[in-house]
Amino acid sequence: MSDFLSANLPYILTGISVGGQYALIAIGYTMVYGILRLINFAHGDVFMVAGLVMIYTTASLPMYISIPIVLIATVLLGFLIERVAYKPLRSAPRMSVMISAIGVSYLLQNCALYFTGGLPQTYPSIPWLSSSVTIWNATTKMVTIVTPILTIVLVFALAAMIKYTKIGMAMRAVSKDFETSQLMGIKINSVISFTFIVGCFLAAVGSLLYFTNYQSVIPTSGAMPGLKAFVAAVFGGIGSIPGAVIGAFLIGICENIIKGLGLTTFSDAFTFVLLIVILMVKPTGIFGEKATDKV
Amino acid sequence: MGKKLNNALNASMRNPLNADRRTDRFVGIVLLAVLYIVLFLLDNFLPQTSFTLMMIPVLKKGAIYSLLCVSMNLLNGFTGLFSLGQAGFMLLGAYTYAIFSIPESQHEAVYQYFGGGAVRFSFSEAIGSVLGANAGSWLGAIIAIIIAGLVAAGFAALIGIPVLRLKSDYLAIATLGFAEIIRAVFQWEGLGVITNGSNLLRKYTSFSNMKIGSLSFATLFPFLIVTVCIALIVLLINSSYGRAFKAIRDDEVAAEAMGINLFRHKMLSFVISSFFAGVGGALLAMYQTTIQAAAFKTAMTYEILLMVVIGGIGSISGSCIAAFLYTACNEWWLRFLDSGHLGSLSVPFFRDGFRKVIFSIIIMVIVLFFSRGIMGDRELSFTGLMKRRKAKKTAQPEERGSENA
Repeated sequence: MSDFLSANLPYILTGISVGGQYALIAIGYTMVYGILRLINFAHGDVFMVAGLVMIYTTASLPMYISIPIVLIATVLLGFLIERVAYKPLRSAPRMSVMISAIGVSYLLQNCALYFTGGLPQTYPSIPWLSSSVTIWNATTKMVTIVTPILTIVLVFALAAMIKYTKIGMAMRAVSKDFETSQLMGIKINSVISFTFIVGCFLAAVGSLLYFTNYQSVIPTSGAMPGLKAFVAAVFGGIGSIPGAVIGAFLIGICENIIKGLGLTTFSDAFTFVLLIVILMVKPTGIFGEKATDKV
Repeated sequence: MGKKLNNALNASMRNPLNADRRTDRFVGIVLLAVLYIVLFLLDNFLPQTSFTLMMIPVLKKGAIYSLLCVSMNLLNGFTGLFSLGQAGFMLLGAYTYAIFSIPESQHEAVYQYFGGGAVRFSFSEAIGSVLGANAGSWLGAIIAIIIAGLVAAGFAALIGIPVLRLKSDYLAIATLGFAEIIRAVFQWEGLGVITNGSNLLRKYTSFSNMKIGSLSFATLFPFLIVTVCIALIVLLINSSYGRAFKAIRDDEVAAEAMGINLFRHKMLSFVISSFFAGVGGALLAMYQTTIQAAAFKTAMTYEILLMVVIGGIGSISGSCIAAFLYTACNEWWLRFLDSGHLGSLSVPFFRDGFRKVIFSIIIMVIVLFFSRGIMGDRELSFTGLMKRRKAKKTAQPEERGSENA
């Protein structure tokens, strides 16, 4: 056991850190799904755009200005996407909204392709985060240690917000019952916008951490993390924030251990095997509520 | 408005539906024959200009994508199962086709890292050694294409058992997951003797091998296969099975109450759709002349889905029109957006990738504002067009202003 641990420690550490980054994206998925019953396929691409914005702003601005700009721009993008692409389809069948989400994802990827010219863009190294540290003979970047801590802090802050604030209460009400909460005087549109804003803010933070590890951004680099984060959300029970976080850490760690075992080709496939297994065994996820079909 | 209805009623009383259908079928067959002849001429007798050089690939690819769109439409549009596994089934089809079509003499070159590979059998070659090279490539390709479809269908039957119990978006994400798993498995070095790992498969029979004597059928061949496949799908949709599919799409609970076996019909639709996705994958492999598992990404499925949406979910003719339009715009008509100049004017922001941006904006506009697509859920038919023209002509004096409707 200790042999296994010492041999795989670097992988486990990376796993925890990647898991934290997936968790930050997964929260965006799970919150949007909880409220709109929509898989926001564009969320992974928003995450990628956040990476690109960071690259372009740091080219001309100092770090302490560009990081807030990244956060604000990502939040704005999320807000815009919701208003332009999802709001007009609120009464349309769920399939059309999902198609619209796929369309947005396609658009964002193509825009990124246009602006980058298809070349991988090098992510700037954020001073303190990129410095290396050594834990028990394993050398990693600071970001590896910061990520899980930051993730957990943000998750607790989010949980507190959902539990104790007025907008949090509104979010819970909307996710329980769309129409009834509308009748109770909750402004649905602002609640939904707020959900997108929070989701995209977390995705932006996630992208700062994720790309510090991976160093380059290409137009499709949001797709895989996005899908994995979605699987994490399904695993934890879609709509449940702690579930998504646990699922994300699990996926991050397992994936990196598989890489450590030399089966890199299967590290992505594992995530989907996990998805299918959970859908077979417990479709509502580990923390999901049992959904009943009303005829 | 009343007069329009009257006209339609009169028309349908004079020639009952069957007669209409017969006319449509007749016109369809005639048009198809004309199309075949034109393509045959295009392959053999027309001079190669820069125009035909652009057009022929678009025609081939458009035909292949038509089949892929129609097969996806069968599932998404007619049965209401939102599946995103298309790329996976295409990959299965493409690889099955390629593996069984690489001639023995090329194995050392293709599988250079895997000692020549394990499957040293090519249908084209086996038949070719008996019946001659041309007959060999025709029959061999057709047999390999059918096997490609069967492999995809068989796999669909396997994963259908667990996956089809899921509803809407869970089904979408599970099928997407399977497609990704297939892609990973095919890239695995451990299966390299069969799949060539993450390397290219090449040197198999392609469209340019389709010849009779010295006559080439390079463009006609995909059209022949695709039209046969689409005709089969149309027959299926117009059968009692097709009506059951539509009933499931419109209301699962009601369909079940009417005695339709949900699981059996969903499975049937899933398997058949995957069969044709596999066939489409095989054709795509023939078109590209080389294939690689890495290319069959989710983005490929998305692209097909967007074509289906543009054509109209639930319309076969819409899917075909959209497939050709999409391919033509993507590979031909909108190329100038990437070239850096408009006519003789140089436009700085017209650089690589701008075409795709404009294209995706157009798609978003269609998705948001014209969600019914080109055809909605109607079909293009000769009698339908004639009736509309007639109705328009007679209705013109009264409703000149509202003709756009």
